[in-house]
Amino acid sequence: MTAGTTEIRPSGEPHLVETHQTGMPTVMVGMLLFIASEVMFFGGLFATYFNARASVAPEPWEPPPGGELDMALAAVLTAILISSSFTMQFGVWAIRRGDAGKLKMWTGITLALGVLFLAGQLYDYSQLGFGIADGVFGTVFYTLTGFHGAHVFGGAVGLTIILARAMQGQFSGRNHIAVEAVSIYWHFVDVVWIAVFSTIYLLR
Amino acid sequence: MATTTLEPQAGAPAYRRSWVLDWLTTVDHKKIGILYIVNGFLFFFAAGILALVVRSELAVPGLQLVDQDTFNQAFTMHGTIMLFLFIIPTLSGFANYIVPLQLGAPDMAFPRINALSFWLLPLGGILIFSGYLFGGAAAEGWTGYAPLTSDRFSPGTGTDLWIIGLALVGTASILGAVNFITTIFKMRAPGMTLFRMPIFVWTVLVTAVLILLATPVLTAGLIALFIDRNYGGSFFDPSVGGNPILWQHIFWFFGHPEVYIVILPAMGVVSEVLPVFSRKPLFGYKAFVFATIGIGLLSFSVWAHHMFTTGAVFLPFFSFMTALIAIPTGIKMFNWLGTLYRGKLMLTTPMLFALGFISMFLIGGISGVMLASPPIDFHVQDTYFVVAHLHYVFFGGSVFGVFAAAYYWFPKMTGRRLNEPLGKVHFWIHFIGFNLAFFPMHQLGLSGMPRRVADYSPDAGWTYLNLASTVGAFMIAVSVIPFLINVVASLINGEPAGDDPWEGNTLEWATTSPPPPYNFDRLPPVHSERPLFFLTHGHGHVAERPDDLEEHSEDDVERRGGAA
Repeated sequence: MTAGTTEIRPSGEPHLVETHQTGMPTVMVGMLLFIASEVMFFGGLFATYFNARASVAPEPWEPPPGGELDMALAAVLTAILISSSFTMQFGVWAIRRGDAGKLKMWTGITLALGVLFLAGQLYDYSQLGFGIADGVFGTVFYTLTGFHGAHVFGGAVGLTIILARAMQGQFSGRNHIAVEAVSIYWHFVDVVWIAVFSTIYLLR
Repeated sequence: MATTTLEPQAGAPAYRRSWVLDWLTTVDHKKIGILYIVNGFLFFFAAGILALVVRSELAVPGLQLVDQDTFNQAFTMHGTIMLFLFIIPTLSGFANYIVPLQLGAPDMAFPRINALSFWLLPLGGILIFSGYLFGGAAAEGWTGYAPLTSDRFSPGTGTDLWIIGLALVGTASILGAVNFITTIFKMRAPGMTLFRMPIFVWTVLVTAVLILLATPVLTAGLIALFIDRNYGGSFFDPSVGGNPILWQHIFWFFGHPEVYIVILPAMGVVSEVLPVFSRKPLFGYKAFVFATIGIGLLSFSVWAHHMFTTGAVFLPFFSFMTALIAIPTGIKMFNWLGTLYRGKLMLTTPMLFALGFISMFLIGGISGVMLASPPIDFHVQDTYFVVAHLHYVFFGGSVFGVFAAAYYWFPKMTGRRLNEPLGKVHFWIHFIGFNLAFFPMHQLGLSGMPRRVADYSPDAGWTYLNLASTVGAFMIAVSVIPFLINVVASLINGEPAGDDPWEGNTLEWATTSPPPPYNFDRLPPVHSERPLFFLTHGHGHVAERPDDLEEHSEDDVERRGGAA
């Protein structure tokens, strides 16, 4: 037992610990770090995509016989998801002003657009004419778009929770960190889709 | 700057829970840390028994104990469990317990996520092991190379369970990494700038960044493998356009940073233990920090040195980058030796394990630089030379670090000292057994014995070295007995440790042993990376006028603190 230890806990003094509360909120730091790990996860999946393309060469990189990608539908889905990023952000700006009513409206619209995207993707899958087991093109196509879809689903679950909490009046101009965190995640999912769409549909 | 009152309310009603429910539902970083460590050691014993099965079979030529398939399962499970469920989680457990204390924080940033990342671990571990119940565990080696893992060559459920279990354990690691980084950036005590953080915290920070960026890539690879095996995918199947080498790229892009994920926290432990028992500050604190960051950065550019013999990688680049890692590692050797030099050495058990780490890790490092050279690597690829190298790094390095941490922080965690003579018995049996088990493997590898074989010819001249290695393995197993006796006996009837039995430097020694749930009643001022040393030995000018100190450089403070 050293002299120092008794010195730092004098009996009878108030028990105080000061904590830093400056800079980015803790929840946002956590969410951004989680997104960084998600970037690396999709990085791994994109690596499998480009590796497959390189392995197939000099054979043409195209869907298996009998199947064709639906460019028009994918473009519509892209437009839906990009608009949902805007509606999400309108909701964030609303609650920053303290407008909980507008937050509910914009979150609801964002969630509806997200669900529409997922439904459109499932419809696309049902029409494509090739499956995950049909050569390496089918494998990487369904893995990339499928795992992106799973992330949209995760984001939609987050939006549902935000909507439910907003309905109960849990958010205000000062207290809405969960909205900010889910919105960042939603934008991330949107950006991943832009990368997936560009890679699969535009980079032919 | 906000002020939070942490004093428990005197009039609050007593909240009663059963002992079991309390541990199952706890979100206290200290209890979670202990859960991590206990869980890690249970898997250590399980994987150790598998190692004994492997070594017993190899003791003499011929198949005496197990058949080839059981042997393959044994070494696969041994490697997977040791790495993913013993070393990484156990070091995470110490980090969980110690990092918030060293930062002067009341808990981790996300306590409930912390509990989740722990509970995914036993679940993942049980899934991996449960292969034994469903027709045999995974048997492709812990690296799981394609196409051996394809459903054609490994049709068993064990491989699928291995994939799912590893994905869960990886997710646990990622969530833990998010938690550590956030804690370190957001929860530091007033005055604790980044360059006043204890070195263990620095190594945990760099480790967490590596986990955050490397582990998701493995998850992607595991998912690809699962799709290949179960849904007819063809990522790794060359007959329909896939590429088996892709698995090696993905696995080692994770796998090499993973080597540093395993070793960096152990280096951090050693860098805490050496200064305390040399009675000196760590020599070259900032150099050590930059070397740690340098290792972290370089670790992402060396993965293909595991793939030299595939012919699919650019040898000069990966060879050069690998050799470069010797530089920051060499800096750390100088840090440690400089800390020991003219120190007042106290050869306690944690210090012995730290010294064991330095010497054994040096051997592993030297054989690592040898393997970085393609001509040597081509010669010894997949031989016991590689097995010797990786055990000198993982066991001689990380596991010695785990035991150093266990002996060093046990008094803080339990309030009891471990028995020193028994600890020294543990160390010496462990140290001699380790070298007897693994040093002969260098020679076995150089004379051509391949790894992952269950049998060898009596004419090959490998018999005596293998027998020595097996004896060493059993010595390591025996060495654990005094450790366990020591832990149990000390928990029941150990000498009370007091708050600061070692006269430590860092904040975990500034609270009671074990600390209260809220960690600190009051925090001492932090003016250097050794706030406790400062407090106990820095009376007079330094202690009285803390504001004055802000104007001086850290080195200045350190010098005066040390001189007082």
